[in-house]
Amino acid sequence: MAPDSLFHGKIVTDAEAENITRVEELAYELKVGEVMTSDPATVTPNTPMSEVLELFRQRRISGAPVLENNQLAGLVSIEDLLRCLQKSDLDTDTRHYMSTNVLTIKDTDPVIEALKLFVNSHYGRLPVLNNTGNLTGILTKGDITSGILKAMQHDYQEEEVRRYRASHLFEDIESDRSSLILRYNIKQGDFTHGGAASSAIKRALLRLGAEPQIARRVGIAVYEAEMNLVIHTTHGGIIRVEIEPKQISINISDDGPGIQDVNLAMRPGYSTAPETVRELGFGAGMGLVNIQRCVDSMRLESVYGRGTNLRLKILLPKKEAGGDET
Amino acid sequence: MNVQELIDLINGHLYNESADLSREILGGCGADLMSDVLASIQPEAVLLTGLCNPQVVRTSVMADVAAIILVRGKSPPPETIALAEKERIALVSSPFGMFELCGRLYASGLKSLERPVDGSDCVCE
Repeated sequence: MAPDSLFHGKIVTDAEAENITRVEELAYELKVGEVMTSDPATVTPNTPMSEVLELFRQRRISGAPVLENNQLAGLVSIEDLLRCLQKSDLDTDTRHYMSTNVLTIKDTDPVIEALKLFVNSHYGRLPVLNNTGNLTGILTKGDITSGILKAMQHDYQEEEVRRYRASHLFEDIESDRSSLILRYNIKQGDFTHGGAASSAIKRALLRLGAEPQIARRVGIAVYEAEMNLVIHTTHGGIIRVEIEPKQISINISDDGPGIQDVNLAMRPGYSTAPETVRELGFGAGMGLVNIQRCVDSMRLESVYGRGTNLRLKILLPKKEAGGDET
Repeated sequence: MNVQELIDLINGHLYNESADLSREILGGCGADLMSDVLASIQPEAVLLTGLCNPQVVRTSVMADVAAIILVRGKSPPPETIALAEKERIALVSSPFGMFELCGRLYASGLKSLERPVDGSDCVCE
């Protein structure tokens, strides 16, 4: 069967596609030395084939490097053993059956190099050499498979542990009042990165186990405020988010220029944004209105010439955010 | 309708490989003002817009947008593509205009996920 016919007519699911990508990545990341079998059983050219048979049986292996004066002289495999058995020739030395034209690979090579060798040759195993040319291990396709599986399991466990730790944060730490504070410095005029803090905050809340709807409300409110810092301030500002099991308090502050008329600023459609900002899709005069709609309480204080301070609060229904999702 | 079916329906060109093409789209929203999007859109909608700066992607992340369509064949700048790639939101351009696209999607069964302005209820719910 041609290799590409394997998936013929079958749609690769996203889960599969993702795994394939990660496997491909790992094939480049992992080194041969990390997945090979170290200190493999070896024989010499003078070892009788009967001993090779015994070695394969006891160690449950299907091939062994042949060393002469500590240098790789060849490889003896189960196929060689079969040829020998067919002739009832088990008393003969290994040198008469081993293959001497052996492909090798370095322990520092990425696994993908080994995969290429396996694909382009009929060999089932590759002796692994270090920088000085000495044998350090042996590599089979099975070694690669289990090496990659182990690495993927490791990845998976890491993310599991991270999510578990985050979602149990407030249960694991005892105090009379626990809170987690996130702070972000926002640059004025940085439209490329504007919104990055809001994205990070939304992600953090989801990781902490918040309901998607709560994360969305916080995300939208903070994003509007973050863009206000980017668009309207003199030097940018600071976003501070305090997460507690029962509420999320957000404080957005800057040092100028301040809002001349707070009541006017709150009116839907009122905007002081310049045309350049409007071309980017902002400055429709809906920002503060949107924020107010998303939060449970909002306090806007501003002194013209001094700066603005916006305090937002979102209350969390019981058994939400804070992480007690179970 | 999922993202792949959407792309086929509008002769779309997908810009980022990280997008989940099987993500189900529940409806649509068309706007060029990001605050309008944030105020009106409900989760898992496709966003049709003529803007192609990175803020379109940021807005989409906040508003749980399932896919972004850039109307009239607009080609987004590299930073917009990079952000869409990172956030895994499908970024698609279509040769058709806003009206044509809204019509095609509506006729194919996508309902509007834009909340009308009535000022009474919270748009974020």
